[in-house]
This record gives sequence, C-alpha cells and structure tokens, in this order.
Amino acid sequence: MIRDALVLTHRGLIHWRRNPMVLVSGLTYPIVMVGLFGLILGSAMVVPGGGEYAEFLMPGMFAQAMANGLLTTSVIVATDARRGVTDRVRTSPVSPASVVLGRSVTDLVNSVFELIVLVACGLAIGWTAHGSLPAALTAIGLLLLLRWAMVWLGIYLGLSLTPEAAGMGWMVLLPLTMLANTFVAPEQLPAWLGVLAEWNPLSATVSACRELFGNPGADGKVLPAVLWPLLIIGVFAPLSVRRFTRLS
Amino acid sequence: MLIAEDLRKSFRATPALTGFSLTVAAGRVCALLGPNGAGKTTAVRVLATLTRPDAGSGSVAGVPLSDVKAVRERIAIVGQEATVDEILTGRENLVMWSKLHHLPDPRARATELLAAFGLTGAADRRVKTYSGGMRRRLDLAAALVTRPAVLFLDEPTTGLDPRARAETWRAVREVAAAGTTVLLTTQYLEEADRLADRVAVLDHGRVVAEDTPAALKARLGGDRVELVVGEEDFAGAAALIGGEGDPETGRLTVPGGVAELVAVLRRLDDAGVTPRDVALRRPTLDEVFLSLTGGPR
Repeated sequence: MIRDALVLTHRGLIHWRRNPMVLVSGLTYPIVMVGLFGLILGSAMVVPGGGEYAEFLMPGMFAQAMANGLLTTSVIVATDARRGVTDRVRTSPVSPASVVLGRSVTDLVNSVFELIVLVACGLAIGWTAHGSLPAALTAIGLLLLLRWAMVWLGIYLGLSLTPEAAGMGWMVLLPLTMLANTFVAPEQLPAWLGVLAEWNPLSATVSACRELFGNPGADGKVLPAVLWPLLIIGVFAPLSVRRFTRLS
Repeated sequence: MLIAEDLRKSFRATPALTGFSLTVAAGRVCALLGPNGAGKTTAVRVLATLTRPDAGSGSVAGVPLSDVKAVRERIAIVGQEATVDEILTGRENLVMWSKLHHLPDPRARATELLAAFGLTGAADRRVKTYSGGMRRRLDLAAALVTRPAVLFLDEPTTGLDPRARAETWRAVREVAAAGTTVLLTTQYLEEADRLADRVAVLDHGRVVAEDTPAALKARLGGDRVELVVGEEDFAGAAALIGGEGDPETGRLTVPGGVAELVAVLRRLDDAGVTPRDVALRRPTLDEVFLSLTGGPR
C-alpha cells in the first residue's frame, strides 16, 4: 500500500514540476493577500493587547493558505473522477487507501512549498517567530495537520461534486476562512459573529500558531489545534475511502 | 469468456437493464449496439464491477461477478475519455500503471507495450503532444499492462477522426488475436461491422438480437435491386417487374442480385422505359438496427 502511494505521489510531484504555473498561481493568492492585509489594510488595524499587525496577521495567513488547499485537492480529485481515471483505478487491484494516501502526500509536499514562500513574505513585512525553534516547528506541524484534514475533506468533496462545482467552492470557503480570528480578533466582531469565529476550527490553528510563534493575539490554547483536525480526519478519512470503493 | 445472466438494474424508477443476458467466447470481440439510453454503459459497468446489479448473475473468466476483487484482477476498462496522464510521457504512464500492478519489471513491460502499439518513437514525449489515435492506443496499452482476460471498451472511437479510428480498430483486433475477450459499446454501426465477431443489439435494457454481423444482415433478406422511375412510367414498370413500389417517390424494389438487375433493366428497356436511378442494395447494419429497435425515435 505504501509503495502504491509512493508511485502516485511521484505522479503528482511530476505534475507540479512540469506544470509550475499551477504552483505559481497557487502561491500568488496568499502573497497578494499578505500584501493587501499586511501593508494596505494593516495600517488601519489595531491589535487587541497591542503589537504589530503583521505579527498578528501572519499566523492567520498561514492557516488560511492551508484551509484553501481544500479547493486544490477537491478540484484535482473531481477532475480525475470525471476523466475516468478513478474508475480505472477502481477496477484495478490497487488499494483505494493508497490512492488517497498518495494524493494527500502530494498535497502536503505542495503545502510545504507554500509555507516556505509565506514565511519569506512574512519576514519581509516584519513578522518573526519569537519562540523557540521546537515551538516554531510544532506550529508548522499543526499547520500541516490542518492541511491534512483538508485533504481528506477535499477527497470526499471531490468524489461527490463535479469539477465545476468543486471549483466554485471558494465562494463558500473565502467567507469561512475570514469568519475566524484570521484577520481580526473575535472580540472586535459583533457578538454573534464573534461566537462563530471562536468556534471556527481555523481559529484553533491560528491561536495555537500565535502562541507557538510568540505573536500577539494568542489565547494560550494549543490543544484545540490538534483536536479539530483530528476530528475532521476521523470523520472524513473513512468516508472518503468508502466513497471511493462504493459501487453505484 | 464473459457471461451475463438476466442482469437487472434500475436507477430509482428508471430501468437501465431489464434482463440482460449475453455470452462472449474467449478471444472474441463482441459489440454492444443500441440507441442512446438502451443500457449499453450500464451493462459494461455492471460486468466491470463498477455498478452492482439489482438482480441476475454473471461471470468473468470463470469468476462470479460477486467476487469483486478476483474479477478486478482479470479485467481492464477503457472509458469514453482517455485516462492517460497528459503531463507524463507515454513511457511514464505505462511504467506507473505497471508499478501499481506490482509487475516484476515495470520498465520492460512498458517498452514491450510501447512497441506493440507502435508508440516506441513517441515514448518519451509528453502525452499532451500525442494525436487522438495515439492517445487511444496508449490508453489501450495502459489497460493491458496486466494482460487481462477481458477488456471492456466504452465507445472506444467516439470523437476520433477516421484515421485514428482505423488505428484504434487495428489495435483492438490485435488485442483479441492475443487471446483477450473484448466487449465494446458503440454507436457506430460501421465499427461493429468492421471490428466485432458478434454483435448484440440492445434495446430497453435487454439484448434483442445477437449474431455475427453477416447473419444479422441476412435476416433482412439478401441483396435487392432498387430503381426509381418517372411518374408516368410507374404503373407500367411496376406491372413489368413486380416487387414493392412507392408511387409517391417512383421507387421500386425487387429482391435479387446482379443477374436480377440485368434482367430488370432489359425488360424495362424492351418496354421503352428508362429508369432515373438504379442501384444494387445490400442490407446494412443500420437497417438491421432500425428494424430491431423499432425505427428512429
């Protein structure tokens, strides 16, 4: 199973390498967002408890990029299903778990690149990690854990939707990633929105990253950033594998 | 060897298969022919274990359909769209599938298949640069990495130009000659005629006729002579040569071949009638198809 997953990961990585535009366009969006929020809107932003807005913003940007990976995964999976690639894999003895595992490793490698570029952007606008190296690496690990949860959710959605519908997903995803503590602190929002933002799984990862990077706006909680993604994986990993193997 | 016995499948209230039975002998090519919505694709998906039938049974290479895992080890399916990866080269595609099937020497198998499908020259080019016919051939090659006992082709040449179609037909014939049983669906009667040993005509989810292309055509009777005469000559010509006629179009049809054609023309000439058009007609699969599936709809 691991060997099959590696073969499929290799396929995915060749795609990124030969089609670098996909990677470039995927990176442009977060860079533009960092520019917009960090430099333009940031000048008018106030961080509760004080601190630089860039310092407050970057953990949010990292987590938002991971959440947006949901789109990448679901569109690729939906396209493979439409083109019959999925049916061919289904009628072969290849284990379905290795197919989804291969997908998730490919997407994680892609996200590591994304994080490297974002960290560079952050450093350029005045963000730094103040904590220890192990703490910073833990934060990166939590971000990738969130991305991994998005892989499973994305596979499930990709197998359920057409590529066109999956591509429209950003209309739902964009407000959901902003209705969190990504750009502003929940207590600055109207009360009912603030409650939603507090409960957004994305907020858990953002808070934990602020804590571990030693950035302002942290609430001292790290555990929710482990539990939320694990919950999503626990629900959607078996659902994805079942949907993959299910016969119509 | 492929056997389907009284397979039934409905999608909600819409019946797709209503007692589908078919037997295809090993190493033969069978074409499933039918109008849109007759159940062709559903039949293939059920036999390829992609769709579970509501009732009925079947077997693939001696293995019952219910043993999904064992069936999947013995079949391959090529869908309506080429599933090969455009960004990879032809060779990389075949190596990938060989690896996924845990073949002992994936590179050797890829080289062998590239040669067999005439793709050696293009092996290290990206599939994106391939013509439609080359893609289809690579798609077939990818399906055959494991030497399946049964190959399913769902409309293998839809959207291809005549040259690519001929290339694909040649490749499919070679696959069958090597001992693989092929079940294909098609909307092209010419394809069934040229490619298949047996043709099964499907209508409303069941096989309404199954025979060789030649035998199906013979069911409509043999050759016939068809001529068109002017309105003023119609009554006289009809009395002279008999057969069926249509006064509206001036068309007269009599059974028979070349000898009958010469005899009819001689008789008309003696009577001073010159036909406007004359043709020797052989039944086509199109006519067989229309007569079996209740005409155009």
